[in-house]
Amino acid sequence: MTTLATNSQYCTFWADGLHFGIAVRDVQEVLRYQEMSAAPRAPEAVFGLINLRGQIVTAIDLRHRLGLAERAPGETPMNVVLRSRNEVVSLLVDDIGDVIDTAGAATEPVPPTLPSAVRDVVTGVIPLPEAILLVLDADLAADVPHAHRNSGGNP
Amino acid sequence: MDEDDEIVQEFLVESHENLDQLDRDLVELEKSPGSRELLSSVFRTIHTIKGTSGFLAFGRLESLTHVGENLLSRLREGELTMTPAIAGALLNMVDGVRALLAAIEQTGADVDESVDVDSMVALIKTCLDGDAAGPAPEAPAEPAPQPVAETAPEPAVGIVPEPVAEPAAEAVPVLEERRSGADRRVDGEDRRDPDAPERRGVADSTVRVDVDLLDTLVRLVGELVLTRNQILQQADVTAHVDLVRASQRLNLVASELQETVMRTRMQPIGQVWAKIPRLVRDLGAQLGRTVKLEMEGQDTELDRSLLEAVRDPLTHLVRNSVDHGIEDAAVRLANGKPAEGTLSLRAYHESGQVVVEITDDGRGLDADRIGQVAVQRGVASPEALARMSPRDVFDLIFRPGFSTASAVTNVSGRGVGMDVVRTNIERIGGTVDLTSQAGQGTTVRVRIPLTLAIIPALIVGEGGERYAIPQANLVELVRLEAADLARDVEVLAGAPVLRLRGHLLPLVPLAGALGLDEEPRDAITVVVVQADDVRFGLSVEEVHDTQEIVVKPLGRQLKSIAMYAGATIMGDGRVALILDVAGIAHANGVTATPVRVEADTRTADSDLRSLLVLDVGGGRRAALPLGEVSRLEEFASDLIERTGPTEVVQYRDGILPLVHLASAIGLPVSDVVPELLSVIVHGDGPDRVGIVVDRVVDVVETAIVANRVGIRAGVLGSAVVQDRVTDLVDLDAVVATAGRRIGVGA
Repeated sequence: MTTLATNSQYCTFWADGLHFGIAVRDVQEVLRYQEMSAAPRAPEAVFGLINLRGQIVTAIDLRHRLGLAERAPGETPMNVVLRSRNEVVSLLVDDIGDVIDTAGAATEPVPPTLPSAVRDVVTGVIPLPEAILLVLDADLAADVPHAHRNSGGNP
Repeated sequence: MDEDDEIVQEFLVESHENLDQLDRDLVELEKSPGSRELLSSVFRTIHTIKGTSGFLAFGRLESLTHVGENLLSRLREGELTMTPAIAGALLNMVDGVRALLAAIEQTGADVDESVDVDSMVALIKTCLDGDAAGPAPEAPAEPAPQPVAETAPEPAVGIVPEPVAEPAAEAVPVLEERRSGADRRVDGEDRRDPDAPERRGVADSTVRVDVDLLDTLVRLVGELVLTRNQILQQADVTAHVDLVRASQRLNLVASELQETVMRTRMQPIGQVWAKIPRLVRDLGAQLGRTVKLEMEGQDTELDRSLLEAVRDPLTHLVRNSVDHGIEDAAVRLANGKPAEGTLSLRAYHESGQVVVEITDDGRGLDADRIGQVAVQRGVASPEALARMSPRDVFDLIFRPGFSTASAVTNVSGRGVGMDVVRTNIERIGGTVDLTSQAGQGTTVRVRIPLTLAIIPALIVGEGGERYAIPQANLVELVRLEAADLARDVEVLAGAPVLRLRGHLLPLVPLAGALGLDEEPRDAITVVVVQADDVRFGLSVEEVHDTQEIVVKPLGRQLKSIAMYAGATIMGDGRVALILDVAGIAHANGVTATPVRVEADTRTADSDLRSLLVLDVGGGRRAALPLGEVSRLEEFASDLIERTGPTEVVQYRDGILPLVHLASAIGLPVSDVVPELLSVIVHGDGPDRVGIVVDRVVDVVETAIVANRVGIRAGVLGSAVVQDRVTDLVDLDAVVATAGRRIGVGA
C-alpha cells in the first residue's frame, strides 16, 4: 500500500514462527488471552466472540486465517485488536512483539512462493536484520471469506 | 387530532429552546449592538415562530411575533440601532411569546386573556415609530434601568412590579433581572396553575442530549456492570457482611442504571410516523386520490439512531405507495375496489428486529412491465429476465437506475429510487423485501435490527455455551423425560416430531442446528418457537432463565449467518449469541408448518401444506393434512376387538374405533391382515377415531395443486405429491362414515 512510507511504525507479533506487522494506526490495543464464546456455524477462521468492554468483537485465528499450522493445544493466544471497516476485530496471535519503526527499510513485494492465503492479506515484506516482517493489511485480514460449512444460507 | 397534537408539541419544544437562545442572544446583543450575526439569529428565531404559529392558526402569537419581526428586520437593515428600550421591548415580546406558548401547552389555544398582546404590540410599535429616539435616548451602556421602566409602564401588563427593585448599575444584569422578574410573573401569577406546576411543561420535561454522550454513557455502564460482576464474585467468597450488603446494593443500582441508560436511547417509531398522515393527505390531494391511512404499533421502540436512519426511506416508501400503488378513484371503482385507497403502516418486534410493513391496496406490481423497463434501461438482460422468478423480477426495482413511474411526477420519481431506500436500510443492517399481487396491492417489509435495543429473551444452554431466544418468538416450554420422551417424540423419515396436544410439531435439535454433536439424552427440553407462520420445537440441553438482554450487532464475519440475530453480553461478561428463529427454521428446512390447519382442510386449492402421505389400499397413495393428525400408533392385530360391526382397540383407558381408510374412500381393502396395524389417531378424548392405513410414508411440505379428478365420498380431489397421484382425504367425511357405522359416541 502506498501509505507505508508515511506510516513506518508497525505493531508486530508472531504466528507459527512468522513475524507479522500491522500499521500502528490500525491497532487499537493488544490484550492477553480473553475468554471467548464459540460461534457455531461461523467461518472456520472465526475462533469466537469476545466481550471487549461491552462491545462484541469477533476473534479471528490468524493461523487459521492464513492456513498455517494449528496452535498447539494448551497454548493460549494473544489478541491484537484492530479497527477495520468501522468495526473492531481481534486477531489471535501466538505472541506479541515490539512496536518497531521501519523508517528507512525498504518494503519489498511479497515473494510469489508464499501460500496464496498468506499472499492475499500480506501487502509487502520488510527484511529486518533479525527477521523478515510480513506486513498485514488489517482490513483484508479481518475479512473472512464466507466459504463456510454453514448449511443454511440467507433467506 | 393526534398528529396535529404531535406537531404542536414539536413546535412547543422547539420554540421553548429557541426562546432560551433568544434571551441569550438579546442580552448578548445589548453588549454588542451592531452584531449582524446575532441580529440574524434573533430574526430567524422569531421568523420561525411566526411562520409556524401562522400555519397552526395561533393568531395572537402570530400578530405579536409579526411586529417583533418588523422591528428586528429594521434593526438588521441598520435602520434602527439597538437601545435598551428596544431590547426591553423585544424581551417583553419574548416573554409574551413564552406566556402564549404556555397557554397553548395548557389549553391548546393562544387565547389566554391575561397575556396582553395588544400592549406588547403597541410597545414595539412605539419603538418602530420612535426611530429609537424618544423613550430611550441614552447610550446603551450604563443608565439602562430607568428607560426600560419608562417604556414599559402603562402598556405592558406586568412589567411594572420590578423597576423599583432595580437600582443596579449595569445594563446587562438589569436586563436579566427584569427578565427573571417577568418570568416569575409568567410562571407564578398569570398562569392558571400557580406555584408548582402540576405537570412539568413539555420543554422542562425533556432535554436534548448529544447522542455521542449517550453512547459514552452506555459504554461506561457496560463496564460498570462487568466490574460489578467481579465485585459480586469476590464478595461472595468473603464473609464480610458489610461488603456483601454493599455489593448487593451495587448490584441493584448498576442493573437499574444499565436499564435506564439503555432506555434513554429508545424511542417509539411513532415519532417518525408523526408526519406521515399529513404527507399522505397532501399527496392524496395533489394526486386527486383519497387515501385512508391506518397505523398500528406506533409504540414499537427502537434505537434513536436507527430511527433517524429509517425516517427518509419510510417516507419515500409511503410516497411511492400513494403515487405508484394506489390508483385513481375511477380506476379503483372500475376494478371493484372502494374509491378510497388504504395505506397501512404496521410496526412490530420480531426475532430481535423491528419490522415495519407498508401495505397499500393499490394496483400491485406488474412483473411484465417491470421486466420490460428493466430490459429497456439495461438493468437486466432479456436472457436473465427469462430465468427470473416473479419475486426476482420485483427485486429489479431495487436496482440502481430503475424507476417504473411512466411519468416523472412531482411526487416521486425525482431520482431517489427504491435502490436508495434499500441502500439506506442495508447500511444500518436492515433488509427490505416486497411482496405484491397484481390488482391487490403491495407490501413492503422493512426489517430493522434492534441494535442496542433491549429485549426480553430466554437464555438456553447448549454445548457449554448460552444462547438467547427472543421472547417474542417464544410459545411455550415442554419438558420431556424418559417415558414421555419415548412416547411423544418420534422420528418420521429421519425427522423428529413431537406430539403436542394432538398436533405434530417438527423438532429441531439446537445442537444439530449449530452443527454440534447430538448426544442421545434421556430428557429433553423443547422450546416451542414461532416466527412468521412457522412453528416448531427447538430441543435444547438446558434452560436457564429469562433476561432483558441488550442486542448488539455482530461483526461482518458473522453477519451472513442467518441463524443469529445478534449477540448479547451475559451477567458474567461472556458473550451469548441471539438466535434468529426464522433463520434457524429456514436453515433446517422448517417452512410454514400450518399452525392450525383446520380452516384449510376443506379447500382444495393450491397453497403450501404439510401432508402426511400414506400407502393405502394396496399401493395407492393418499394424503391428509398433518395438522389433523393427533398421533401415529401401531397396534398388534390381535388387539383388535369388535363391538357390533365396528373394529375397536383399547387405547389410553378408552375405546378407539377404527376406520379402514381404504374402504372409507372406496379403495379395495386388502385381505391380508398385517401383524401390526398402522393407525392414525385423529381427534381427542371420546371423539378419537383411529384410521387404519397400510403404511405411513412420509411427511411432506408441498404446494399442492389440487385437481378435481377422483372426487368421491371421502376424497376432496387429487394432487401430485412426490411424483405420485395422491388422493386428498376428506377427513371429516371419513370420520363421519365411522360415526355412522359406529353410532355416534360409541
